[in-house]
Amino acid sequence: MNSRILRTLPREKAFYFFTSIGNYTGESATSLKEFMDKISEVNLKSLEFHFYRGDFEKWIAEVLEDKELAEQIGTFRKMSPIGENLKNGLYRILIRRYSRLRSVP
Amino acid sequence: MKFKDNISALDTTDLRILEALQKNARQTYTAIGKSLGLAHSTVYDRIKRMERHGIIKEYTAVIDAEKAGTKNIIAIMTIFTDPKKSDKVAEKLCEAPQILEVYTSLSEELLIMAKVVAESQESLHEFIASSVAPLPGVLRIRTSMITKKFKETRFSIADNPKKLTLIKEKHNKIGENKR
Repeated sequence: MNSRILRTLPREKAFYFFTSIGNYTGESATSLKEFMDKISEVNLKSLEFHFYRGDFEKWIAEVLEDKELAEQIGTFRKMSPIGENLKNGLYRILIRRYSRLRSVP
Repeated sequence: MKFKDNISALDTTDLRILEALQKNARQTYTAIGKSLGLAHSTVYDRIKRMERHGIIKEYTAVIDAEKAGTKNIIAIMTIFTDPKKSDKVAEKLCEAPQILEVYTSLSEELLIMAKVVAESQESLHEFIASSVAPLPGVLRIRTSMITKKFKETRFSIADNPKKLTLIKEKHNKIGENKR
């Protein structure tokens, strides 16, 4: 199960970072690890755009198939974080989950 | 009108017929002939020949989407691409029914500009995220939604004097070669 969540996806299943409707930044992620790395790289506008549309949860639940992580992000959204708080909070959730998935075979 | 090795050379009569068709493609051969002082059989022959050679591509209705009650969103995408993959990206875009027009342009970077139609902002975003961004060679995308249309006309071949000169020159050259 863990290896399935940690797998690398084909390009067409990747997460593509936009800053607004139709404006693609050129950044994408094809795995949970890459997604986590990109969260600390992409600009805040892009993070806020996707976070409040529920795009992260949707991709994590439907494509990566990690419902638990998707729920954690949903819970975090209820706190309405913005800017650096959003970026740092998201990264913390992701690294915690990633480390746990890697440690349990 | 002469054709040689698939190169077309139109004379002024052809251009006048094209101009008449661009004004109203539903005119009869007789009506076009009458307005241009030509026999309807001449008009018929020339139109059929221009159809066969793909000069006249189609006859279509121009619809006012607003009056027809459709509430689509039209947007212009500027797609920054890897120059080596640009043609492939453009060809792929042409296959999508949502894409109305595709152009390439070379400014500081190689760009593709495409006009896209969607039912809503959400479906526009979904289309770009799932079908355009993943194309190999796409570096980034800027999208501008059209909010108001001030002018929309079709290019008229007969209204372009430079084009007429070029066509005449080509026609003369082909004529000279034949002599």
